[in-house]
Amino acid sequence: MATITPKLSDEFPLTIASSTNSVTLRISKFNPKTDSTATFVEFKVPVQKWTTVLDIILAVKQHLDPSVAVRYSCRQASCGSCGMKINGKPALACYTKISELNSNVVTVEPMNNFPILRDLAVDFTQFFSTHKKLKPYIIRDDSEVTGDTKEFLQTPKEVEEYLQFSYCIKCGLCNSACPTMATDTSFIGPQALAQAYRYIADNRDNGKKDRLKIIDDSHGIWRCHFAGSCSQVCPKGVDPAMGIQLLRGYLLGFRK
Amino acid sequence: MQESVIMKIHYGTALGAVVLVAIHILFRMTQNFSESLQYESVIANYHFLPYAIMLELILILLSVHGFNGLRVILIELKQGVGYEKAVNYGCIAGIAVLVAYGSRTILMAGFGM
Repeated sequence: MATITPKLSDEFPLTIASSTNSVTLRISKFNPKTDSTATFVEFKVPVQKWTTVLDIILAVKQHLDPSVAVRYSCRQASCGSCGMKINGKPALACYTKISELNSNVVTVEPMNNFPILRDLAVDFTQFFSTHKKLKPYIIRDDSEVTGDTKEFLQTPKEVEEYLQFSYCIKCGLCNSACPTMATDTSFIGPQALAQAYRYIADNRDNGKKDRLKIIDDSHGIWRCHFAGSCSQVCPKGVDPAMGIQLLRGYLLGFRK
Repeated sequence: MQESVIMKIHYGTALGAVVLVAIHILFRMTQNFSESLQYESVIANYHFLPYAIMLELILILLSVHGFNGLRVILIELKQGVGYEKAVNYGCIAGIAVLVAYGSRTILMAGFGM
């Protein structure tokens, strides 16, 4: 049986064919096992107006330097895998077009406040463990499948209380942008706090007491200085800073 | 103590201090400003019991608020069980020392020592 090996360039015709513009892509290269500091490697890459940062990173990986380590999956801002610093700001590489950067130089670095695995790939172990600690699921004694009803009905107003917070894709950009996380490695972080609010504000949930106890810690909710950078960088329009302030309302007794 | 209780105290002491310091500053307007800061005027303030109590309250409120602020900054800078314990107890000791020293001044001035 014949084996067909596709030409790698076929996957990226847009970066190769009939391109008039090009940008310089600077990729931070760092392997914690062998390197002491990160170095930048530069590549000249052709682009079209619809080319995204992830497109040019993958083009470089396929044609110029296969050793570039990058995490990606859906390429449509749904999976939250390709978070990185693009020209100094945390963003999703698949959701950032080169044309919107207004620069001929695109610098990509791993996200801040995460341990680096290699190059642009960071370690999410602590991130997910903190997220899990906040019990990100509906807590209640009964189940929606008992009795005659198969679901708990909510009014549009009740859904509105938490809806935007349920859009979180766990990309980690908010934690990367958080100035408190830069110094306080034990800080729960905006992502987990926003998710705590998402479930506390859900009227089907009965786990408020447990979650408030977890976040009411010396490295919990009170360490947020309300810089608001988490909300600025969220690609899904979630406002973790607001969620944190609303959560504080529960702890201060303004909200029930 | 729960962090939310500590932070309620933090916000409460801030609000209390703003009110009392405002009263303290307004008292300067009862006479010419430079005159109000002369030795006799200051001592007279200490001899006036309600004013001395207010100064003591300002001292306590600002000490608690300030040292808790310092504690927050220090535990954000560095983490570790031993370190955080040292910061917590250090700040409580700081509050106690500052309040004791300030109270001594208020009492000595009040009693004319």
